[in-house]
Amino acid sequence: MTASHDVILVGGGGAGLRAAIAIAESDPRMSVAVISKVYPMRSHTVSAEGGSAGVIAEDDSLDEHAYDTISGGDWLCDQDAVEAFVREAPQELLRLEHWGCPWSRESDGRIAVRPFGGMKKRRTWFAADKTGFHMLHTLFQTSLKFGSIVRYDEWFVTSLLVDDGRVQGVIAIELMSGRVEAITARAVILCTGGCGRVFPFTTNASIKNGDGMALAYRAGAPLKDMEFVQYHPTGLPFTGILITEAARAEGGWLINRDGYRYLQDYNLGKPEPRPVLRSMELGPRDRLSQAFVKEVEKGRTVATKYGQVVHLDLRHLGAKVIDSRLPFVRELCLKYQNVDPVSELIPVRPVVHYMMGGVHTDIHGATPIAGLYAAGEVACVSINGANRLGSNSLPELLVFGARAGLAAAEYASRQGNPAPTVLALARDERIRLANEMLHRKRGRERIATLRQEMQQTMEDSAGIYRTGATLANAAATLRQLQERCADLALDDQSRTFNTERVAALELSFMLDVAEAIVNSALARQESRGAHQRTDFPDRDDERFLAHTLASRNSDGSCRIEYGPVTITRWPPAERVYGR
Amino acid sequence: MTDTIRLQVARYRPEQENEVTFQEYEVPCPREWVVLDGLNYIKDELDGTLSYRWSCRMGICGSCGMTVNGEPKLTCATFLSDYGPGPIRVEPLRNFPVIRDLVIEMGDFMRKLTRVKPWIIRDTEKPLSDGAYRQTPDELDEYKQYSMCINCMLCYAACPVYGLDPKFIGPAAIALAQRYNLDNRDEGDRDRDAVLSEHEGIWGCTFVGECTQVCPKNVDPAGAIQRYKLNAALDTLKSFLMPWAKQ
Repeated sequence: MTASHDVILVGGGGAGLRAAIAIAESDPRMSVAVISKVYPMRSHTVSAEGGSAGVIAEDDSLDEHAYDTISGGDWLCDQDAVEAFVREAPQELLRLEHWGCPWSRESDGRIAVRPFGGMKKRRTWFAADKTGFHMLHTLFQTSLKFGSIVRYDEWFVTSLLVDDGRVQGVIAIELMSGRVEAITARAVILCTGGCGRVFPFTTNASIKNGDGMALAYRAGAPLKDMEFVQYHPTGLPFTGILITEAARAEGGWLINRDGYRYLQDYNLGKPEPRPVLRSMELGPRDRLSQAFVKEVEKGRTVATKYGQVVHLDLRHLGAKVIDSRLPFVRELCLKYQNVDPVSELIPVRPVVHYMMGGVHTDIHGATPIAGLYAAGEVACVSINGANRLGSNSLPELLVFGARAGLAAAEYASRQGNPAPTVLALARDERIRLANEMLHRKRGRERIATLRQEMQQTMEDSAGIYRTGATLANAAATLRQLQERCADLALDDQSRTFNTERVAALELSFMLDVAEAIVNSALARQESRGAHQRTDFPDRDDERFLAHTLASRNSDGSCRIEYGPVTITRWPPAERVYGR
Repeated sequence: MTDTIRLQVARYRPEQENEVTFQEYEVPCPREWVVLDGLNYIKDELDGTLSYRWSCRMGICGSCGMTVNGEPKLTCATFLSDYGPGPIRVEPLRNFPVIRDLVIEMGDFMRKLTRVKPWIIRDTEKPLSDGAYRQTPDELDEYKQYSMCINCMLCYAACPVYGLDPKFIGPAAIALAQRYNLDNRDEGDRDRDAVLSEHEGIWGCTFVGECTQVCPKNVDPAGAIQRYKLNAALDTLKSFLMPWAKQ
């Protein structure tokens, strides 16, 4: 069997489903395939909590949203992309409202908006603190009404079919049966999300392995700005479960061992009893996570079995606000931390949360490879620059999911059928996968061992603060791990739902992504946003107001080049918070 | 509390065996560990052949439902130490075909979900340029609870009616139909009622509410079903008394 479609979506989270619906609405005759390694409603969009930014308040403006985003991103954002983003975000959120998303409301029935970190105005739409969950289920359930959307649930994509310089489909394994199939298309959109699992301590679900980044990288597309890894300042110790920024937007305080709101010592403003926009606890995530490290160095944090922590204090908000605005926070704290935020402090520490970088695309989601598109966290458009603001990622899924969907559909309508040579490529990939499986029977390396070594290498070298020497060592270690990965052992030789085989493929993807992160971080000899080099502590616009482009050499090693940043109306300036 | 605990895990590999067997593993048991952590320990350290689904590990993606000591549970929200000194028996969710080990086949639910039309249906669509619908917090509360369903399948595993009659559309699908029926933006209740009432299963549902008891998100599918039945009964009565009212 070789199935054929007009457009394939790899990934069925927020971006993938939005793209699929955009295509189905614009041209019902187009056959759209959504290929996902999980059922779409399991996608990691489901875990997003706090909200989704889009200007609707009367005292707000698109320019202010753009400025907050660009300054939050330490001027590495492409400003044409940001302008398109802030313009289209409110429309997209409204569209979701028409599709049934249960947005939280004001008492008169209008959409409610809440403050969020780094945002100067209230513009974050929310569905209590399960915004991603409700957006994903709204999109998924809405997608069910379109007969032209064909789903491949629990199919794992192993590679892109590239022939004659353009992408013409994918090879995928159906997990239930283990069969390997070529699925061809006139265009492919990657919507596989981020790669938090290359680190040991992350909010990201187990499925976040950078699959789409690696697929694109192997097919020859560059990965952009991969050194910019976001640490969210408030994760629960041990589990890494996210405590949403909305907890601080509703008025929560971050306090150290002495009960002191320590952010006042880090140029983020003065403590006030009520939340102040773009100040203190509502500063940007990069600065808050960096302040945590400094507090550890000063010995003002609390030692626990699972590392140093500070405390998030919500007690003064009271049960009523917590239950209506932050019910999931209370549920998660009670369940996983045995702490009731109504009466107790929540222990928190920074946790890997989001990848600003990703597959290099233009503002239509097009990559440099013909027929290949990307949207959402897997992509780098770039609207997030060196540091994403909280609540910008959910509208990004919608705006650029829709844009990529329409652009890919338009491209697909101009293409002929996939070339017959694609089938030869598919045969080669089938043989490669079968041989690899057999070979792994005699392998000597254990998946979990290599994964742990990779994750530890990343934490040690590419964490909140970095130096050239540790990054260089990490790059060498990752090369060795790549070699050892060729000798992976599989206990499981069966075809039916072989999750160990999937884990081996995911590990191999993650190693490619890890190499791109470390090499990008090594090359950027400055500090900007989430990339802080202790050996180069200042921002250097002369040399590095530029996008990093990491490409894969034929021997598998990583090559770094730079591309221009688009500045339209906001020339680089100092980032100012709390003043 | 012990340092380790024994997990007795159901194994079924259709390429190798015709029936379910149990395999016992010993796993660490720190206070913070959930059953899923135990399974991950097995997969990573002891036996790479064990298959199961998981993703978010925070009770929201709905992937990791299994039967733990006879009860349907999200294994990411079920603590090992609550079952001390063990052993703990881990099996796939009941009432579903098993693909392998702890992995069930849920295509039946996916088809039923589509059948209840879980999307906003309007006689005439409101254009985006007209802005947002008004929906007061009270109107939101009418359906909010039913919108919390994570499709984890625990209610189907617990449902005695579904166990006997797989044609029954089932608790989660009915709750999601009601989620839209009760949304003031929606006008599709007649379309959905046709699907809900076509099979007698819904009338076989008792007040016992096994589905509601096992729901990890307090969705209360049993409440949704009873509410539907009451409305349907009233509609039937109305159609006798006022046959013109249905037009």
